[in-house]
Amino acid sequence: MRFISESSEERIPCYRVLDDDGQPFPDSSFVKVSEGVAIKMYNDMVTLQTMDTIFYEAQRQGRISFYLTTSGEEAINIASAAAIKNDDFVVPQYREPGVLLWRGFSMQEFANQCFGNKADYGKGRQMPIHYGSNKHNYFTVSSTIATQLPHAVGAAYALKMDRKDACAVTYFGDGGTSEGDFHAALNFSAVTEAPVIFICRNNGWAISTPISDQFRSDGAVVKGRAYGVRSIRVDGNDALAIYSAVHAAREMAIGEGRPILIEALTYRVGHHTTSDDSTKYRPVDEIEWWRTTQDPVTRFRKWIESNGWWNGDIESELRSSVRKQVILVSLTISKYGLLQLQH
Amino acid sequence: MVLLLAVNMVTRAGFSLKQLKMWGIIRQKVAAGGGSPVARIRPVVSNLRNYSSAVKQMMVREALNSALDEEMSADPKVFLMGEEVGEYQGAYKISKGLLEKYGPERVLDTPITEAGFTGIGVGAAYYGLKPVVEFMTFNFSMQAIDHIINSAAKSNYMSSGQISVPIVFRGPNGAAAGVGAQHSHCYAAWYASVPGLKVLSPYSSEDARGLLKAAIRDPDPVVFLENELLYGESFPVSAEVLDSSFCLPIGKAKIEREGKDVTITAFSKIVGLSLKAAEILAKEGISAEVINLRSIRPLDRSTINASVRKTNRLVTVEEGFPQHGVGAEICASVIEESFSYLDAPVERIAGADVPMPYAANLERMAVPQVEDIVRAAKRACYRSVPMAAAA
Repeated sequence: MRFISESSEERIPCYRVLDDDGQPFPDSSFVKVSEGVAIKMYNDMVTLQTMDTIFYEAQRQGRISFYLTTSGEEAINIASAAAIKNDDFVVPQYREPGVLLWRGFSMQEFANQCFGNKADYGKGRQMPIHYGSNKHNYFTVSSTIATQLPHAVGAAYALKMDRKDACAVTYFGDGGTSEGDFHAALNFSAVTEAPVIFICRNNGWAISTPISDQFRSDGAVVKGRAYGVRSIRVDGNDALAIYSAVHAAREMAIGEGRPILIEALTYRVGHHTTSDDSTKYRPVDEIEWWRTTQDPVTRFRKWIESNGWWNGDIESELRSSVRKQVILVSLTISKYGLLQLQH
Repeated sequence: MVLLLAVNMVTRAGFSLKQLKMWGIIRQKVAAGGGSPVARIRPVVSNLRNYSSAVKQMMVREALNSALDEEMSADPKVFLMGEEVGEYQGAYKISKGLLEKYGPERVLDTPITEAGFTGIGVGAAYYGLKPVVEFMTFNFSMQAIDHIINSAAKSNYMSSGQISVPIVFRGPNGAAAGVGAQHSHCYAAWYASVPGLKVLSPYSSEDARGLLKAAIRDPDPVVFLENELLYGESFPVSAEVLDSSFCLPIGKAKIEREGKDVTITAFSKIVGLSLKAAEILAKEGISAEVINLRSIRPLDRSTINASVRKTNRLVTVEEGFPQHGVGAEICASVIEESFSYLDAPVERIAGADVPMPYAANLERMAVPQVEDIVRAAKRACYRSVPMAAAA
């Protein structure tokens, strides 16, 4: 008689491509990214970072009522989006606007939704950051946690029935893995052999709840095996690792008709939302360490610089032009006015 | 103190030092609060009882916090569980200071699964503990509603009295400000339709203290519907209210303002709007009687009917959706018991029959305003006014 231990001696290893200085490890294998794709990835990561800064400030100034940032998770957002195709149905939680950004949602469209003005596709009915777009195959953000997971499985099943060359891709945080819907979704995805990619952004915190209080398993990745789902743990701050893992996952999901679970280890650099002050429950130097030394945007920049595709001048130019663009959009937003009720 | 194994799983004691160091978090290990409750009594302000003649102001948040504190102090079986209730001091700071005072065995931060922790709470109650389960908002209670109704509410009946479930489910209910459809739903009518549940909804700090204490002491499941916008409002509280033995009876409404021309029923935040409406009506010669329901289930039908028999006119007001709402039940009750006393049709004011929109101008139109109550009262009194609000 032998009991299976509650945890193995070794934690599941983590797939990485780039070291902290943005240089590939000598023995790492990864899917090659062309210069064009890499530049777009970097541009979008910078745009996402800038958008977060400006819109967060707009909330602080009282111009929008609410906002939440993706700080520290730019690589997960952009690199995963770059590795999938436009036909892949994206079902987000709420910390993945970068995927929509990659697919072409404009700064103006983001701002319209946050300000709830006349041009908002949601007609002022939804809180800020609840983006959605039929055109971009990005299902509207819903506040409820993890409900999108069974939705994604259902959508994936439909794609399989229709024999489409596409899969469903869904995102959630470490907190979301506690929800009943997570278990139902993983279990059913395996049983129905649905082509769905589950991407868990394990950023260490669910509002003030650290992962040590969220689960006692070795993160989210080990839960895949419990349901018969192939899984991998990835360095979430390494854009190339994310890109490779999602790329491979997509091929397996569609080619073999199976679900894949990807756990991306990262850190939530910002507060949970503008209604939160995370310095109240975690040390400021911890936040600063992740924000400065582990910044995924910086790490990727070092890689594209070392390839000769980027330099300091282009960097300054990009940063200032993106900043101007976002500020301009946020300042001109009032010209649209609020939608009035029509009788 | 004996705790269920299941409850132990969600305490924070015992995680590995390695995990602590991995994240660079050094957590302050809080002293376990398993000791004698007597040693921990810190009566809130009951010492003021004999010495102050000035009326004290108390915020609803403080009222709830003090009620929780006193009940936890008096009975070691009472414990609090929910998301963010411990280290974060409560998503709305209602449980501020309680983790520090009582320790992680009595203030449990739960993982994100309402279905999970509500089930665990009901299990603890089956075993004899007295959990107070907090929902960050009652919108999230929909995840847990199977446990609230099928595991808690019906158990006493289904076991012919052998199982008792002394549990309290509490949290903010209804509309706040600009939080959209999935954060603004009112659940008063939903829960009040279920036999086996008691449903309370406080307005003032006195209500908050007295009703929460009553709920915690009650041997049956109680749904306690608070209001986010009321948390920061202050109300005068008497010395009697501040006493730790203070308690309000469940099932009794309060007449907040006496009147003789029209009865206005309301609960929670709407009581405040109704009182303002009564002031405006008084200037126009209409004396309105405002009833603060306090208890949605059981509904204080005798107080409501006695009032209508006196005034002969009724306006019911609520924030929730109109169909099958609290007002519909009150109207039916009055027609059943006091039909011949009515001099005018019953006026029902409720939230608009749409999912709560986000934009501020749309939200304002979806929630009852003081003017809506005034207009309805006037209609009931046969003063001619336009039916609907101007756009």
